Amino acid sequence: MGEDCELEFGDSAMVRRGWLLWMLLVAMGIGWWWAGCAPAPPPDVQTGESGATYTIENKGSDTLVNLALAWAEEYMRLRPEVRISVTGGGSGTGIAAMINGTVDIANASRKMKPEEIAAAEANGIYPVEFVVALDAIAVVVHPSNPVDRLTLQQISDIYAGRITNWSQVGGEDRPIVLLSRESNSGTYMYFLEHVVRLGDKESDLLFSPDALLMPSSEGISTEVRQNPNAIGYDGLGYVTPDQKVIAVAREPGGPFVLPSVDTVNDGSYPISRPLYMYTAGEPSGVVKEYIEWVLTDGQALVPELGFVPIEGEGGTP
Amino acid sequence: MHPRRWTEFAIESLIRVLGLSSIGFVLLIFLFLLKEGLPAFLQVPPENLLGTRWYPTFDLFGTLPLILGSLLVTATAISIALPLGVATAVFVREVAPGWAREVLKPMIEVLAGIPSVVLGFFGMTVLAPLVRETLDAPTGLTAFTGGLVLAYMALPTIISVAEDALDAVPKSYRDAGLAMGATQWQTIWRVVVPAARSGILTAVMLGMGRAIGETMAVMMVTGNAARMPTTIDSLFRPVRTMTATIAAEMGEVARGSTHYHVLFGIGIILFVITFVLNLVAAGAIFKKRRRGGLR
Repeated sequence: MGEDCELEFGDSAMVRRGWLLWMLLVAMGIGWWWAGCAPAPPPDVQTGESGATYTIENKGSDTLVNLALAWAEEYMRLRPEVRISVTGGGSGTGIAAMINGTVDIANASRKMKPEEIAAAEANGIYPVEFVVALDAIAVVVHPSNPVDRLTLQQISDIYAGRITNWSQVGGEDRPIVLLSRESNSGTYMYFLEHVVRLGDKESDLLFSPDALLMPSSEGISTEVRQNPNAIGYDGLGYVTPDQKVIAVAREPGGPFVLPSVDTVNDGSYPISRPLYMYTAGEPSGVVKEYIEWVLTDGQALVPELGFVPIEGEGGTP
Repeated sequence: MHPRRWTEFAIESLIRVLGLSSIGFVLLIFLFLLKEGLPAFLQVPPENLLGTRWYPTFDLFGTLPLILGSLLVTATAISIALPLGVATAVFVREVAPGWAREVLKPMIEVLAGIPSVVLGFFGMTVLAPLVRETLDAPTGLTAFTGGLVLAYMALPTIISVAEDALDAVPKSYRDAGLAMGATQWQTIWRVVVPAARSGILTAVMLGMGRAIGETMAVMMVTGNAARMPTTIDSLFRPVRTMTATIAAEMGEVARGSTHYHVLFGIGIILFVITFVLNLVAAGAIFKKRRRGGLR
């Protein structure tokens, strides 16, 4: 007997559910119609353009992507016949694309590795390197943290896990939470080689296994903003005003220097690195003109995005 | 042949081809996984692979912290989601009045559609500070936070499948229970839930599959520190899971390098773990069936 009862109930439930579904569909339809009434977004500027005859494909470092976009937009405004498409994905991704011959320019926040150069040459591509900007790496903490200066040695000890409490570097009695970028990021490698290992090639120090590897710059800034125990590092362009930047000294006696365009250019801020563009072979035609523009007039855009312009030449292969 | 037969035949073979091709795709994916992952076990010595240090840029491929990290987060998620999920399913199917059920069930199914990145963002900005402050942990990005988010993600699956299992218990069981003088609670707890046991187990296995395979939310809230979760307080410390490792590192790894193969190797380990879990569950269900349980 249960069987019949069950079936009947099931049917009525289905009918009712169908009714709910219809309600939902009608609501969605109304929503759609409503959205249709809203003013249409302005047509895409790029699709409207038909005069573009040259295309430059530019891909790579996420550190550089905003700067590369700004350059591309400005250059396309000056030279409407050139189209530049910029994508991120990371230094390794851009370099791999250049090795495979799918992009004209690869952006990188680190130098190409010997095995990458070998792979490119095996493909008949001889990469040429240009330094297009400098990037200061800022060490940041929560604004409420009383610590405002550290030496390179102290930062190295903190990230290697030898200093684990803020009281050991003149702060409150709190555990230190280490924030780092992921191990595939150019920033990670630079920080490991030049800060944790203090530039010593023989050193085999590594980041402490307790270090939190954040998948993005946003991950680091979110955690630094809300956690008074945290210490993080990232490109100066990614530091927001609600994080406290640490003044860094090479030697224990000081001077302790905050990162800025001036202190990077005069070399007094110790943690800065070059950012690169690589072309597949000696550039020619539009690519050559674009790179030349980036290295000269394009440099005016660099400080606006929190990076440091190169001085003089610097684009030597 | 009769024209009607022809269309019948065409439709039947179309369905057959589609059905077989899905099996074929799974097989191909598995073969690809083996092809890309097996070299890892040949290139990297086992004492390195089973080591406790994961520094892939320096050829230290210790997968132990990653495996333990995944297991810790998944176990936490299931131990939160199992009681909540089964209790909710019992409420929705057995206790709630009909109209409430009709509202609750679609709403629970909508929960399953929330993108994991949204939950991850919520976990990172809301849950993590809460966990840090209430537990006084150094950071809120912990295995426990990951477990909470995953429990939330596994809940809709568990509730929905467990509810279907309870639904399949014949009304006569309930009638019999009540006729014997049992209270509603006794009927539910002693008759209906045990009868739906195998379905509930399936629900938990599906939920666990969702939890162990989840990537984005976990990557955002667990902190991704490849430390060994061996101390007692490890639940409230950061961990790095297998899925987060693959997702974070695959994008930049050089194709064909040892690191690349090891990441696929981790994929194989993950596959084996989920396969064994499913096998155990299937075995348990099969045993129940032979004993004359439902389904």
